[in-house]
Amino acid sequence: MSALLKTGSLKMRIIWAVVLIMMCLAPLISTEFRLSLLAKFLALAILAIGLDLIWGYGGVLSLGHGVFFGLGGYAMAMYLKLQASGATLPDFMGWSGLSGLPWFWEPFRSFPVALLLGIALPALLAFALGWFTFRNRITGVYFTILTQALVLIMVTLFVGKQEWTGGTNGITGYNSIFGFTLHSAGTTIALYYITLAVLVIAYVLCRRMVNSRFGQVLEAARDGENRVRFLGYDPAGYKTLAFAFSGALAGIAGMLFVLQVGIISPSMMGIVPSIEMVLWVALGGRGTLIGAVIGAVVLNAAKTGISEAYPEGWLFVIGGLFVTVVLFMPNGIVGVYRHVVRLLKRRGESAHVQVTREKPEVY
Amino acid sequence: MDMFILQMFNGLSISSILLLIALGLAVTFGLMNVINMAHGELIMIGAYATYVTQNLFMSYAPAAWFGAYFIVALPIAFIVAALIGWLLEVVLIRHLYGRPLDSLLATWGVGMMLQQLARTIFGAPNVGVSSPAWLNGGLAISDGIVFPYKRIFIIALVAVVLLCMYLYIYRTSSGRRMRAVMQNRSMAGCLGISTRRVDGMTFAIGSGIAGIAGCALTLIGPIGPSLGTYYIVDAFMVVVLGGVGKLVGTVCGALGIGMFNTLFETYTSASIGKVLVFVCIVAFLQWKPRGLVAMRTRSLD
Repeated sequence: MSALLKTGSLKMRIIWAVVLIMMCLAPLISTEFRLSLLAKFLALAILAIGLDLIWGYGGVLSLGHGVFFGLGGYAMAMYLKLQASGATLPDFMGWSGLSGLPWFWEPFRSFPVALLLGIALPALLAFALGWFTFRNRITGVYFTILTQALVLIMVTLFVGKQEWTGGTNGITGYNSIFGFTLHSAGTTIALYYITLAVLVIAYVLCRRMVNSRFGQVLEAARDGENRVRFLGYDPAGYKTLAFAFSGALAGIAGMLFVLQVGIISPSMMGIVPSIEMVLWVALGGRGTLIGAVIGAVVLNAAKTGISEAYPEGWLFVIGGLFVTVVLFMPNGIVGVYRHVVRLLKRRGESAHVQVTREKPEVY
Repeated sequence: MDMFILQMFNGLSISSILLLIALGLAVTFGLMNVINMAHGELIMIGAYATYVTQNLFMSYAPAAWFGAYFIVALPIAFIVAALIGWLLEVVLIRHLYGRPLDSLLATWGVGMMLQQLARTIFGAPNVGVSSPAWLNGGLAISDGIVFPYKRIFIIALVAVVLLCMYLYIYRTSSGRRMRAVMQNRSMAGCLGISTRRVDGMTFAIGSGIAGIAGCALTLIGPIGPSLGTYYIVDAFMVVVLGGVGKLVGTVCGALGIGMFNTLFETYTSASIGKVLVFVCIVAFLQWKPRGLVAMRTRSLD
């Protein structure tokens, strides 16, 4: 918390404090249903921050974050399912004709191990993919397509191995953690505060990261990879680490998400959710971190609202948003806000104010 | 042995469809550095154009002519998809040249809207296209080995399209202009080539080929609004594996992925087979990061 308050000017610090206090007071004024929705959006915002780190600052677009999200989600769901099943085999395994628990399910009996694996598995997978691609200077579009293929094979694998993963239905049928019911009022509020705390920690960590030397090299590699290489740095290492960290954040988001909604299935880690995640960052403003949070919350709130009122329309809205954001607001909501602020300042002060250029667009 | 030959034939058939889809992608990606995620929806448009043609033949043409509808549907699918592709280029893609990731996002949005549009017009469930009678049955090579005529027809169709593409790119002056723009856009522009017009035309041709692919897919199974998305990722892998800029790379990439996919899936399972193919592709890129056949260049990004 103190680290957060150290950043920025006094005005910014006050704004941050006000926002945080408002977020902390949210349970007092909102209904339980809305609070649980908000907590869900905040969990997704954690993923968006990680995605912004690698895309906005590293210049690497990943369409594979659904997989990392899903791995985290499955890790948590496996723990919950084992708890719910007790001594018996999880129900879907019985239906698929399995007689014993697969060996890799065993570690998920313990909560700390499941928690650790939910972070480590996505991070390791991201690290491996990054290691094998960035080192060979496979970047840009090639990498993006590889991540998309990763999503495709993971979904096929999770659907195909029904006896291990529950197939298309995913892992369902659990509703308590440590003896607390997941949907009771107390648990909802507790989960909300946990999610909020994790989000703030993730934000502060990433903010520190991009302001550090690490972040500067990452940004430099985005803008001119060869020059960075000529200066004696190894951009591949920086990108791989950033990608692995981003994967770990996605895994944490997945774990919190499962606690909020009580289900994880392959359709939540598929190609369409993965690319929707990218839109959160793009709409909020890539390369700003806070934009990712804004984008994730705004778009998911919009999705909830629109698909309730007009289910057919959501695809038109999201499709139109992709086109609009790319063509007209490449720096997202934060970019538009900064632009307006600058215009107002210029009008208010003198005509001689020098206009600092926007961040270069990230390709 | 019979089993093996049959699998090889199936692999060839899958490869040919992948090739047809990847051809259009390779052309637009190589020429304009644009990723067209709406390519899958152009396939869908070609498929629905075939469906509409079939329905028109059923309603208005004499019953004896019905067998001919597929031959008519091929050029119709090409033209409809090419027109929509051209429109897309003029309205949207034109502003996105040289920004591959942005073009990926924007065209993905277009693809989503096209899918929803198809769902609104034709309904969400799949519709079936009955293939003409002359494509039913198969060629019996020996006992136990039967090559379905449909698959043979698709392979032949792809061969013809490939030949036409080769003749167009390497034997016509219009194709030469296209290659010139591909290799050095600004120099080609200096020498008096209207790069704008070449871009529009190339994009239309790539889209038209997607339309033909959609038409061919109606022979294999029912068609629906999300038809294209099943193939688009695999087709992009073909482009990545084959390398950008040469026809032969795309052909090799499609053959490689199609064949290995079929083989792995036969000897393991469908899901493990996909994982193995992906691992092989990543391993292959360790050896040749720019793909199998890459255009030589001395430029530094």
